[in-house]
Amino acid sequence: MFDWLQNLADWLVHGIFGLGESSRMGIALNFFLYDTIKILILLMLITTLMGLVNAYFPVERLRDFLNRRKLYGLENLFASFFGAITPFCSCSSVPLFIGFVQGGIPLGVTFSFLITSPLVNEIALAMFVGLFGLKFTLIYALSGILLGTVGGMILGRMNLEKYLSEWVQNLIKAKTKGSSDYQAENISFTQRLQLVFKEAWGIVKSILIYVVIGIGIGAAMHRYVPENFFQQYLGSGQWWTVPLAVILAVPLYSNAAGIIPVIQVLVAKGVPIGTAIAFMMATIGLSIPEGTLLKKVMTSRLIGIYFGVVTLFIIISGFIFNLLL
Amino acid sequence: MNPEMKTIKILGTGCPKCKQTEAVVKEALAQSGQQAEIIKVEDIQKIMEYNVMSTPAVVVDEVVKIKGRVPSISDILAVIA
Repeated sequence: MFDWLQNLADWLVHGIFGLGESSRMGIALNFFLYDTIKILILLMLITTLMGLVNAYFPVERLRDFLNRRKLYGLENLFASFFGAITPFCSCSSVPLFIGFVQGGIPLGVTFSFLITSPLVNEIALAMFVGLFGLKFTLIYALSGILLGTVGGMILGRMNLEKYLSEWVQNLIKAKTKGSSDYQAENISFTQRLQLVFKEAWGIVKSILIYVVIGIGIGAAMHRYVPENFFQQYLGSGQWWTVPLAVILAVPLYSNAAGIIPVIQVLVAKGVPIGTAIAFMMATIGLSIPEGTLLKKVMTSRLIGIYFGVVTLFIIISGFIFNLLL
Repeated sequence: MNPEMKTIKILGTGCPKCKQTEAVVKEALAQSGQQAEIIKVEDIQKIMEYNVMSTPAVVVDEVVKIKGRVPSISDILAVIA
């Protein structure tokens, strides 16, 4: 699929810049150009696709779907899946949360959505496809959805409504749906595509610098860190690497764009894949800024329980991946 | 107060997209020569009264016109016309 891009990178590096095919600089530059362009294309593609999905299936419609249909206990799975396909923005997670519980969606189902929404997001997926391949991306996405489903189910069983902020509890009791004088927008598909494309470019542009830095650091590490360096210390026999990686990752607020290229090199140099996946899930899925935002709608205790349960499940998934992969 | 004057509310919790939206609204008003009162609503409780689940949103005379994306200038011109 990307053969033409390799040819382009070869042509630029060897033809235009005149660097020899075996020179160290030439190889590094080639690697860097190829990866950066490939990831940019994937980012644009996947962000646009998600934007279109969101334009035709806005969250309001997803909420009504969850509310109206009898889903025979599959509500958590659906909510988690919807969380995966909606574009994630940390500043909209609070309105989404309120919108769900206000609309009568059970708290556990809402949590399923809330867990998966950042965990499986368009930027992480595009980076995974580019750096780890399709199979890995599918495994990550499916386990993220599963984690959101199970995590939400368990949180739903814990009767946590009393730990929501008071005004949110009142909203639930009042069952006021608010005034929803919303006029549907009549936009043709081409116009819509233009809007979505513009917005996708806005998103990609804003993370471009992190992508470049991440791939740059990755390329440098490729050169200087010896093969199997991590295997010596973190080989698959060391069970504690998973919890350690996760506990390090939760407070680490890094966007997926910067961290994934680095993790890819770590895996290439011998870090077990389950440990790496757990680390990425914890970095991407849980962050202190998100916790701070959630303080508006829930007590610290509930945020603690929420983060605790998700952390625990990420650690468990890390163990399972280390066993299976 | 001019009864013709519209009230435009921008709903958003203060993320970069909401600031972009405010700039677009101001630019659109300047282009059309219309006067309008712009109110930024950042309090999540007030935002939820509009039943909006994705920010930023633009509310013209208490009707939600655009939500979940940064509008273009022509979008705003269309909803304030």
